[in-house]
Amino acid sequence: MASSSKVKVLVLGIESTAHTFGCGVAAGNGELLSNVNSEYIPPKGGIHPREAAQHHTQVAVGVVKEALRRAGIVPQLLSAIAFSAGPGLGPCLRTGATVARALALALNKPLVLVNHCVAHIEIGRLVCDLEDPLVVYVSGGNTIVSAFAEGRYRVFGETLDVALGNCLDTFAREAGLGHPGVPKVEELARRGRVFIDLPYIVKGQDVSYSGLLTAALRKLHEGVRLEDLCFSLLETAFTMLAEVAERALAHTGKKSLLLTGGVARSRRLQEILRAVAEEHDASFHVVPPEYAGDNGIMIAWTGALAYSHGLTAPIEASFVKPRWRLDEVDVPWR
Amino acid sequence: MEIIDKGTVIKKGAEAVLYKSSLWGLPVLVKYRRPKPYRNPQLDHHLRSTRTLMEAKILSEVKKLGIPAPAVYWVDLEQCLIAMSFLEGIVLKEALPRLSEEEIKDVFFKLGEYAGAMHARGIVHGDLTTSNVILCSGVPCLLDFGLSDFSKDLEHHAVDMHLMVRALESTHYSLKDLCFSRFMEGYASAAGEHYAQLVKERVNEIRRRGRYIEERRTRD
Repeated sequence: MASSSKVKVLVLGIESTAHTFGCGVAAGNGELLSNVNSEYIPPKGGIHPREAAQHHTQVAVGVVKEALRRAGIVPQLLSAIAFSAGPGLGPCLRTGATVARALALALNKPLVLVNHCVAHIEIGRLVCDLEDPLVVYVSGGNTIVSAFAEGRYRVFGETLDVALGNCLDTFAREAGLGHPGVPKVEELARRGRVFIDLPYIVKGQDVSYSGLLTAALRKLHEGVRLEDLCFSLLETAFTMLAEVAERALAHTGKKSLLLTGGVARSRRLQEILRAVAEEHDASFHVVPPEYAGDNGIMIAWTGALAYSHGLTAPIEASFVKPRWRLDEVDVPWR
Repeated sequence: MEIIDKGTVIKKGAEAVLYKSSLWGLPVLVKYRRPKPYRNPQLDHHLRSTRTLMEAKILSEVKKLGIPAPAVYWVDLEQCLIAMSFLEGIVLKEALPRLSEEEIKDVFFKLGEYAGAMHARGIVHGDLTTSNVILCSGVPCLLDFGLSDFSKDLEHHAVDMHLMVRALESTHYSLKDLCFSRFMEGYASAAGEHYAQLVKERVNEIRRRGRYIEERRTRD
């Protein structure tokens, strides 16, 4: 925590990497004061970056105001403004960045750039009270197995192409199951009886979901029973992830496993990873649903950690970084 | 377990459990791919049996190339286990700091030859690191073909080589250049100068891709 300041560290965080515009306020001691999020749901098809950005522009002021109101603080009390600078969709990131810069200028507060993936991990560590877990981070845009080593979150394995959430959401959309796709696929999967052989692709420590998605869509159009297909798709996709997670757990010897990100809500994935953790005498933890998907509070909390270690950025250097990797970020607070 | 008594556990990995046992009076290593309770049973058996079969096949092929590796004694595809000869020696990762320069040169030249011969035959090891080499009376022997595959693809061959580079960088940094140059010389002697050059270029390219950010920046 900032030793120079006698006042409590309070950071407002803005999230806008993809479909969600969120805002939260967190204190440097780990108190989470508010978390307000507005998700863009496209009328049809997937997320168009420009349309999502337009949604973010429309809701931004309301979401920020509501986050401050629920936190019960006046903006002048804030220590800093944090925003999610990447990775994500350019137009969406720039909308959040613009809001954050405007607030920082208007309030004369420092700006903090937060990496979205680091934020998913930090919120999980905070709310699950974990010191040093192996992290499985799964969402619409990311699929990463990571552990902390020598100042950074290292990537032990990741997807080589599409993310797990993206694979399942695209399948759900093509199957007419709507949005959000994962819970619907999972519900149908519970009624699956026949296991259909689908491509299981693990390359070393990495997974590949694009071939699995293509094959599942082909089976869908061939008219295979949807329940069986959902069942087989989920089992195959989750088992691939479990395999690389298990290898990372055996390799690193970490004593806890944290499941975070939007797809962490999946019951079946939780069940599988809990079994993996048990095999290796590690405890299993899953981020609560309100912190699983993209949210503002995780940016605020990670911003508070960064701010307390002096990591602020001048406005003119506050570029968004659409391809900002998890393992490029120095993490001095650990 | 009818024919083979699994014996005592010597290592529990993510993929399989290793046991030391005996068969027909010989010391054997039993590699048992246990069922994973969290997998769909059909998928579980499919993965375990295809991988067991592939490993046994490749171990036999590697033997034909004259590469020192465990000899397959018994395969049980129902239980998904392989009994193979038990090699006594020191893992290269542990032994390397104590070897003389001449010994290091010799070991890495031989390892390069093994890799070159396997690639020429269309086999990739899949986990070629100093942890998977054991020195038996000074002779390097290759272990753990659990991630091996048949492939004639330059990319897969380069990934094999890249794994060795990464292992050298992470655990034997000061010896990395010596080891890798000898490794490449041995490789060229078995796979040919031209192919060795192609593989080397591809290894550099792999390093510049996404995950190896520093190299990419210096190139840019």
